[in-house]
Parts: sequence; C-alpha cells; structure tokens
Amino acid sequence: MKQGMFTIAENTPLTQSVYRMRLAGDTTAITSPGQFVNIKLDGYYLRRPISVCDCVSGELTLLYKVVGHGTEVMSRMTAGQQLDLLTGLGNGYDLSKSGARPLLLGGGVGVPPRYMLAKELIAQGKQVTVILGFNKKDEVFYEEEFRALGAEVRVATADGSYGTKGFVTDAMQDVAYTHFYTCGPEPMLKAVYKATTTSGQFSFEERMGCGFGACMGCSCKTITGNKRICKEGPVLVKEDILWQN
Amino acid sequence: MAELKVNLCGIEMDNPIIPASGTFGYGYEFAELYDINILGTFSFKGTTKEPRFGNPTPRIAECTAGMINAVGLQNPGVEKVISEELPKLKACFHKPVMANVSGFSVEDYAYTCEKLNACPEIGWFEVNVSCPNVHGGGMSFGTSPEAAAEVTRAVKKVTTKPVLIKLSPNVTDIVSIAKACEEAGADGISLINTMLGMRIDLRTRRPVIANKMGGFSGSAIFPVAVRMVYHVAQAVKIPVVGMGGVTTAEDVIEMMLAGATAVQVGAANLVDPFACKKIIEDLPAAMEKYRMTSLREIIGGIQ
Repeated sequence: MKQGMFTIAENTPLTQSVYRMRLAGDTTAITSPGQFVNIKLDGYYLRRPISVCDCVSGELTLLYKVVGHGTEVMSRMTAGQQLDLLTGLGNGYDLSKSGARPLLLGGGVGVPPRYMLAKELIAQGKQVTVILGFNKKDEVFYEEEFRALGAEVRVATADGSYGTKGFVTDAMQDVAYTHFYTCGPEPMLKAVYKATTTSGQFSFEERMGCGFGACMGCSCKTITGNKRICKEGPVLVKEDILWQN
Repeated sequence: MAELKVNLCGIEMDNPIIPASGTFGYGYEFAELYDINILGTFSFKGTTKEPRFGNPTPRIAECTAGMINAVGLQNPGVEKVISEELPKLKACFHKPVMANVSGFSVEDYAYTCEKLNACPEIGWFEVNVSCPNVHGGGMSFGTSPEAAAEVTRAVKKVTTKPVLIKLSPNVTDIVSIAKACEEAGADGISLINTMLGMRIDLRTRRPVIANKMGGFSGSAIFPVAVRMVYHVAQAVKIPVVGMGGVTTAEDVIEMMLAGATAVQVGAANLVDPFACKKIIEDLPAAMEKYRMTSLREIIGGIQ
C-alpha cells in the first residue's frame, strides 16, 4: 500500500451514471488486477474505495458509478485537479489459476476490474471470454474496449434490450472454460456460484472504514476463517465462500 | 528544543501519542507504512476471553466529520492474541504496548488481564468498560460507578502493571464513574470511548448499520471529549488519557491543556494511515507557535 497524490487527466461520462477517470501518479503499489484504491474527497470523512480498471506505469484508470454524494463530487471534478489516493489495496486476482480458457463475468460496476485482468491474461496467451451484464442497453459500457484487447465478448441485459436477454449466467451456457473470475452485485455472484462447474474467484464489496485492514469494518466469515474484504479480499476463491443469507 | 516526553503511570513515553484501540490492529499493518516505534505507544485491538467475530456487516456508516462503527469487538481471543498476535507485534514494536481488554462479566475481565499480565510486551492495561455496540456486555460496566469499580478491583487483583479504565461518554455523570474507578485502585482513566449514534439510509429507510447503532467517532466529537477530559481531570488525582476526535498536533495540545497526560488518536488513523506520524512531526512546531517548551508542563494547564 502507498499513499500518494494523483492528478486527474480525464474524467468523462461513459453512460448516464458511469464515469471514466484517468489519473497520473505513482502506481507502483498496484501489483495485480482486482485490487482497489481508496480516495479522499474534500468534505467527506471516509475515503471512497474504487476498483482499478487499468493501470500502466504512472497512469491509473477508474470506472465508477455515481451512487451517492461522494461519487457525485467525483463526477464534477476536472482534469488537472488532484486527489489523495491509497493504492495497492486488497489481494487481487490470482492469474496463475486461470488455465488456458478463463471466463470473466462482470455485472454493472463489477465490469471494470475485468479489463486489466483480461489484458494481462491475454498477454499471457490465454483465450479469454468476457461476459458483461447490465440492466439495459443504454447502461452498456466497455464492450468494444474488451473486444479491442482480443477477448471474445458477450453482453447480457436484464430487459433484453441488447445482447442476450437475462443475466451473465444466461450467456455462458455454451462457453467452455477452465476457470472463472467474477465481480458484481451479490445476487449475480450467487447465480454464478451455482451456474459454474469449475473453481473460480469472486470479488466482493462491503462498506469499509479504512480499506487497509485496520478497523475490521468489512469482515466476513469464510470456510477458512474470518477475512477482511479489504485485506485478505476482495477476491475470495469459490471453495472459501460462506454465503451469509 | 521541544520536549515531547511524558510519564504515564510510571512509564516514560517519548511522546504522548497513542493510536487508539480498534484503529491500529496489533500494529503490524501500520509497520508496513512507517516505523511505529516513533509512537509513544499504541493501544492494541480490544481483546476478550473468547474469540469473537463481532457484529454482522455493514458495520460502518459515514457521518459529517466522523463515522459510526459497530465492529463489535472482533478479535481472536486472548489465547491467540498471546500466541499469534503478540509475537508479530513484538517483531515491529519495541516499546511497552497498551493492552486493551473487554469482557462480558467481571470474571472475563480478570481472566483476560491475568493471562496478558504475564506478557513482557505489555506496559499498561486499558480496561474497556464502555464498548457501545456489543449487546449484553461491555457497556453495562461503564454506566454505573459500582460496576466500573468492581471491574477495576477484579483487574487490579490479578495484575502487576498500571491499569487504566476506559470510560464511556454515554452516561449522565462521567465524573462519578471516574472517581469510583480511582477509589477502586485504578492507576489512570482514559476517555472518551465513542458516542452512541445512528444513521438511516433514505432509500431503504433502514439503519445503515446492521446492528442499527454504533459508536460515533471522528473530529466531530472532539469538543465533547475535551469537555469530559477537563471535568474528569479536575476530579481525579490519577493520570487521564484523553481521546475523541483528535486529528492534529493542536488538538493534542488542547487535550493536554484540558488535563490529559497522554493523547489517543482513533478514527483519524483510518482516514490517513500516517495521521499519528504527522502529528508527532508537527508537535514541535505547534509547541513553538504557542511558546511551549515541554509537553509535560502543559498538562492541565488550562487557565
């Protein structure tokens, strides 16, 4: 983990509520896809944890959805403004388990961390299938960006206005895969848990205090003991998950 | 040359800065970021007789200038703290540490403190009779002078190290509780624990926190803490450790003028993991600004 000041290079809307923010700064603490950063915003006490969409040396890309006051403030920020970030938080995905044909499933704001993951898996020569789930057509983002990486991309929308009608699990039935990586709302994660036949990795969300393991605000129970979503997570392996309800 | 040293219950500290229990784990997360030996000491994660998972999540709610937590004393239990956490702590922290202890009965407190008393890493006990978000325990001992005194006596009987009692602000008369602890043999008082608070999500119309309510902390509670530290320090002869919303070196000075011998920093660590380091670095300049040469000399120096 590192604390550092980042300068906004770009902050543009991709859909009505999802924005892309590119930031310049010291990214050396970010070591694997699936990690997150924690952003300090003026006037707000706690930081905002946001997953990393992409990271190349010195540049960080975040895709975030405006859901509350903090992300609303972020959406109004402009290029040149500075942000205080904690970077390199969380465990991230284990790429060594992917096998030859990894399947990446992302729902809504669970889509962004799939980008850096897909990029790195493709760089390793893996044949990557990405299934993106959204509520409706005008909420779809990053379909072309994933395709440009060389991934096979499928889109599912809950209302059927684009791609396969239904959820990501409805678009995966004929896909042959060796391992899967997923992130999204909890009902989707549970559906993926049931629908998948191999081992896989799930990224979880929880309200956090610090984001770096100090406060125990985001603890969960797992098969192998208590874990902090921010520290031993956010990625848990399928075999470790204990659904609470 | 600014003199930061203070003496807390017979133990000399390089400076009065103590990360508060529950915001600093057992130290080693922060040791990855900076050398935590620059601290006066730190109060480790509240430890109980049995392992505890704590409350269901969400456990955290943001507030204006603060936060509410209802972690619920998650900890691995005293046996594992001694066998697993203290060795890791010892590897990165070489000063006497403050052992924060909670319980659900007088016997619990005595059991846990007696076990920890044998650990040479521990300099002081901080007995938490005030956790506001654990049902059926903790809190009840901190809300009556008799119960707080009973815990104090039981812990004193089984320990050889200084015992501070950590008090709750969620009471009618905190001074009477502090005095009862002093009379029962406490070596010091620390205050304030968090203030009971609650937030409601307007979309779902449900409490933000699964436990419904929790402990409010952060800079918003600082004036309340200063007032309570002042009242307690005026009423007891034993040292007082002040905490509640402390964020800056100037806050530390204010808390010491109110009567604190040492000062704990809590929620600020969660927002800025370098908060305590920055405060320690900022203290000499802040002291110079207010023409102070020794922190020891300003304790209770309010005019």
